[in-house]
Amino acid sequence: MRLNKIFKNTLLVLAACLVLSACATKKEVATDIKGQMQGDVYTGTDTVEYLADGVPDRVFFATNESILTTASRETLRAQAAWLRKNPNINVVLEGHADERGTREYNLALGERRANAAKDYLMTYGISSDRITVLSYGKERPVDSGSNPLAWSKNRRSVTVKAN
Amino acid sequence: MTKKILTLLFILIPINVNALIEVDITRGNLNPLPLAVSPLSIDEESRKGFEKILKKENIGYEISNIVENNLRISGLFNPLDKKAFLQAPDIANLKPRFEDWNLIKAQALITGKVNYIDDKLRVEFRLWDVLAAKEMMALAFTTVPNNWRRVGHIISDKIYERLTGEKGYFDTRIIYVSEEGPKTQRIKKLAIMDQDGANNKFLTLGNELVLTPRFNPASQMVTYLSYFKNMPRVYLLDIETGTQEVVGDFPGMTFAPRFSPDGKKIIMSLAKDGKSDIYTMDLENRIVEKITNHPSIDTSPSYSPDGKYITFNSDRSGYQQIYVMKNDGSDVKRISFGNGLYGTPVWSPRGDLIAFTKLHKGKFYIGVMRTDGSGERLLTENYYQEAPSWSPNGRVLIFYRETKTNSKGEGFSAKLWSIDLTGYNERQIKTPTDASDPSWSSLLSN
Repeated sequence: MRLNKIFKNTLLVLAACLVLSACATKKEVATDIKGQMQGDVYTGTDTVEYLADGVPDRVFFATNESILTTASRETLRAQAAWLRKNPNINVVLEGHADERGTREYNLALGERRANAAKDYLMTYGISSDRITVLSYGKERPVDSGSNPLAWSKNRRSVTVKAN
Repeated sequence: MTKKILTLLFILIPINVNALIEVDITRGNLNPLPLAVSPLSIDEESRKGFEKILKKENIGYEISNIVENNLRISGLFNPLDKKAFLQAPDIANLKPRFEDWNLIKAQALITGKVNYIDDKLRVEFRLWDVLAAKEMMALAFTTVPNNWRRVGHIISDKIYERLTGEKGYFDTRIIYVSEEGPKTQRIKKLAIMDQDGANNKFLTLGNELVLTPRFNPASQMVTYLSYFKNMPRVYLLDIETGTQEVVGDFPGMTFAPRFSPDGKKIIMSLAKDGKSDIYTMDLENRIVEKITNHPSIDTSPSYSPDGKYITFNSDRSGYQQIYVMKNDGSDVKRISFGNGLYGTPVWSPRGDLIAFTKLHKGKFYIGVMRTDGSGERLLTENYYQEAPSWSPNGRVLIFYRETKTNSKGEGFSAKLWSIDLTGYNERQIKTPTDASDPSWSSLLSN
């Protein structure tokens, strides 16, 4: 079961690499909107808060996707390390979607995104007992804009201290 | 305002006239039928009686205004300006002078009378075919005075039915989500109103996020999603008593609830471990059944009116598409194959169509297709709109629409809109606050 999970995550990571490399070859490194997005994924820091020094609280996703990017995996490894150092802290992973999707599907998508983050934390040794997943769908955007940059900030999974 | 207290005494005066007037509602109606809604006549004593209880100067005018408004918003009728009427309401109700009504080009005439008898409201009305110079229908109701708006809606339904051959949809209510505050921190409350926007009432206080209320087609129960205690779960609400209860005991977020056509089951999604599947729960014996089992997102389920099939939304093909399956989850078939993504399928109460939301090239559409996916027809295009809900006669769809914000992220709004199945007669439904997730009730009286 556990091996299975690791295997699944490895596949996800591989898939992410494939997607990224595919994008990269197509349009060089597609950087746009003042260097805050790569392809479709937010890479800026405007909205990011920190759980501890060097531990960003959130990861971002491409439209309709729940695949973790290289940067997201780095963030989650930092979160896992911090959680291992603070065994009494539990977290809620809040999954979100942008406004360009139907409400119910986005609720499910938010859950899938938060779960992708949860699975990754678990492969780095964090017990599922310490993690609660909560989807807000498109109900709680951080940026109220109606443009690709705002949407990219809103497609996220945020790790929030539960206690 | 319950079904129980509306004691309707139908004194049917049957007439068998072959009506000359026929309104075809299957086509876009660009020439609505001109008709005259004469104010209901009222004697001075009754007028004073109602003025005292209802604080309305002339209840006869008020009721006829409701009828006139309903017929106008249906898009099928063109109620003529009362200023052009030549005959007084009381005389017209006794015996219309058809030449006069013909002169102002009215093809149909509605007349009537209101009385205050034994603390009750008694309303009679007549529908006349002006060209044939004949009475088409005459009905009388007796009820408690507070039901006066509903009397107007019931009269509208009778007229609609007599002239179109199909049931009306005016004596109905809409439940929806009222929205206030900034886009990043919306306060959402359940709200309910009459189909014409009157009698708006808030059902929750806004302390927790609530979404997607849906009526039970068989009663005045509602199912919806609440984030009570930050645990998003499907709830049941009895509108009459205000009683709320969580539906079932699930190990994750339950959402996207709807009732089965007989009102005995709730169908919904459960999201767990990154996948969402469809479940049903029987409200009597609490038995839970898992209907789909797939690593994809399966959501937005909606039963066919005979309860034998379920349409739903799944991304098992890679992207959101519409599927149909048998009610036990077998025989799953994808039915949407056009360009773009498809969501929120909802089965027509007539059984022949599925309404949906479509996203294609950055635009959102409300459309309909046959239940095998053929005959796709897009009714309206906009920046953002979704979540169609059918009128009980399957002729009108209500949905919500959101506006694009400006470069500063300002100017957001969410409003309810309706459109006829024909693609004509698009209208905004006014609400006291911003609004989304509308659900149309069944007819309150049949």
